[in-house]
Amino acid sequence: MTPLESIRGFVQDNFLFGEEITFSDDASLLEQGLIDSTGVLELVAFLEEQFGIAVEDEELAPENLDSIDNLMLFIERKTPACTSGAPA
Amino acid sequence: MQLETFLETSVQRHPGKTALVCGDRRWTYAELEADCNRLAHALIAAGIQRGDRIALCLDNSYEAVVAVFAVLKAGAVFMPVNPTTKSEKLAYVLGNSRAAALIASSRKLAELGDEWRNSIHVGLTIAVGAAGRGVGVLGWNDLLQRHAADTAAPAKRAIDIDLAALIYTSGSTGNPKGVMLTHLNMVSAAGSITTYLENRAEDIILNVLPLSFDYGLYQVLMAMKFGGTVVLERSFAFPHAVLQKLVAERVTGLPLVPTMAAILLQMDLGRYDLSALRYVTNTGAALPTDHILRIRDLLPHVTIYSMYGLTECKRVSYLPPEQIDVRPGSVGKGMPNEEVYLVDEEGRRLGPGATGELVVRGSNVMKGYWELPEETDRRLKPGPLPGEKVLYTGDLFRSDADGYLYFVGRKDDIIKTRGEKVSPKEVENALYSHPEVVEAAVVAMPDAILGQAIRAVVARSKESRLTERELLRHCAARLEDFMVPQIIEFRDLLPKSGNGKIDKRQLLETSA
Repeated sequence: MTPLESIRGFVQDNFLFGEEITFSDDASLLEQGLIDSTGVLELVAFLEEQFGIAVEDEELAPENLDSIDNLMLFIERKTPACTSGAPA
Repeated sequence: MQLETFLETSVQRHPGKTALVCGDRRWTYAELEADCNRLAHALIAAGIQRGDRIALCLDNSYEAVVAVFAVLKAGAVFMPVNPTTKSEKLAYVLGNSRAAALIASSRKLAELGDEWRNSIHVGLTIAVGAAGRGVGVLGWNDLLQRHAADTAAPAKRAIDIDLAALIYTSGSTGNPKGVMLTHLNMVSAAGSITTYLENRAEDIILNVLPLSFDYGLYQVLMAMKFGGTVVLERSFAFPHAVLQKLVAERVTGLPLVPTMAAILLQMDLGRYDLSALRYVTNTGAALPTDHILRIRDLLPHVTIYSMYGLTECKRVSYLPPEQIDVRPGSVGKGMPNEEVYLVDEEGRRLGPGATGELVVRGSNVMKGYWELPEETDRRLKPGPLPGEKVLYTGDLFRSDADGYLYFVGRKDDIIKTRGEKVSPKEVENALYSHPEVVEAAVVAMPDAILGQAIRAVVARSKESRLTERELLRHCAARLEDFMVPQIIEFRDLLPKSGNGKIDKRQLLETSA
């Protein structure tokens, strides 16, 4: 499963209870009422487990977490090797 | 005095002072007052009558603040509704109150759909936001532009004993009840609270609580009263961003609920310059003593106000800050201009050291539940003076030898999660509305972050292959986000008591 599929899967399972994602990758999760403080905590736990990264306090920001695009960019920054598809 | 007078008086004193900060925009008292007046005139021109109920279903935003004051200035009654309220409940609340108007975001209206809008009988709908509007919906910006010149306040049509707000709250019967609050109720409560918080014009309040929750709403009302500044945030989802705002704006007051405190205490607060912070407040649910002690340790210069209240009277008690180290588990004593006491099962007043139901007497006590005389009579009982009513809170407290109050429990089974009240019955109704649910029981379970979490135990029909996820989705489509269960357990049978009813006590004893 690619990182993108993994993230979309998490959003679908946890914020939409299995419903299909109908919004674009750059749409704000907060604007759509899909995410709140407890949602962010679950999301962070997922990122740390799934991608083996550590999320710092100051990274708990919309630029990193508030859309599928932002999540992808964030993970890419934290783990360049696993998203490029090429050996490190 | 009427509630909107708070704003009207402050704008005379310091029209150029920042009243509201929202995102990267700021508005002065004069700008805010002008827009409130414009919208008030627009409402009156659209046919809004004195006493009409107007539902506001908006995220924390400049428009939400303008809407509150505009409705008041038009002599009407505002109904703040949580923006995550789903179609069925929103329709119920609009129908129950016979609301004359609905103000919501374009996105929310699109989500609700044209068919829904045609099914409800609301004469006026106003959409906030740029997205395409439906037929028969007025645009916020258009309205303000049309009334651009109407910057003077309309003549007052209400008096202080008229209703200012109708706030729906969950009760144990399943359908939400409209708490009727007059201008006098709200002005009185705001006066008592700003007195014990020692608010001053220099205070800058950061409010992240929903304006549909009276705790969040009053941050704005009180700031307008004392002439301070409100930094309005929509969510605590990104705490780092909120803390950065707090630092940048030199915020002096931060209202919390235990969920927020728990999240803050997981962060490294030493990274932020919180030197301007004067006080934090807590209500909605008890702040665990452990959390209080840690806040005292991390932020020794910050005054902590532990408080208790309910929508039916706004607030009841606060713990004088100097007592926080002495008795951190207490929610204090009654606030200024209010009388508070405990009664036994027969309604007789109890002395210190006893446990009983808390009763509240004061100008902050609601007028009753909207068109629910029996429910009202269960909570409002005759007081000492003729015609007077006192509020039976339905909460059990004990007082210590010095008269300080400690919460013991609810008389009914309301769940408190994220500081919000959830009626198990309302959640059960949502579960039962699924055709494959045969039995459902909703109980509370303790949760470090939420306070209490919602646990649903469900028996499905034979042959049903319903999954937890599908049922959660079903709930999410019907309930506000904080009401959706955290866990759904499936069982073949739910335990019953002697009389054949579902026995929740057994469920509480046998958790998954």
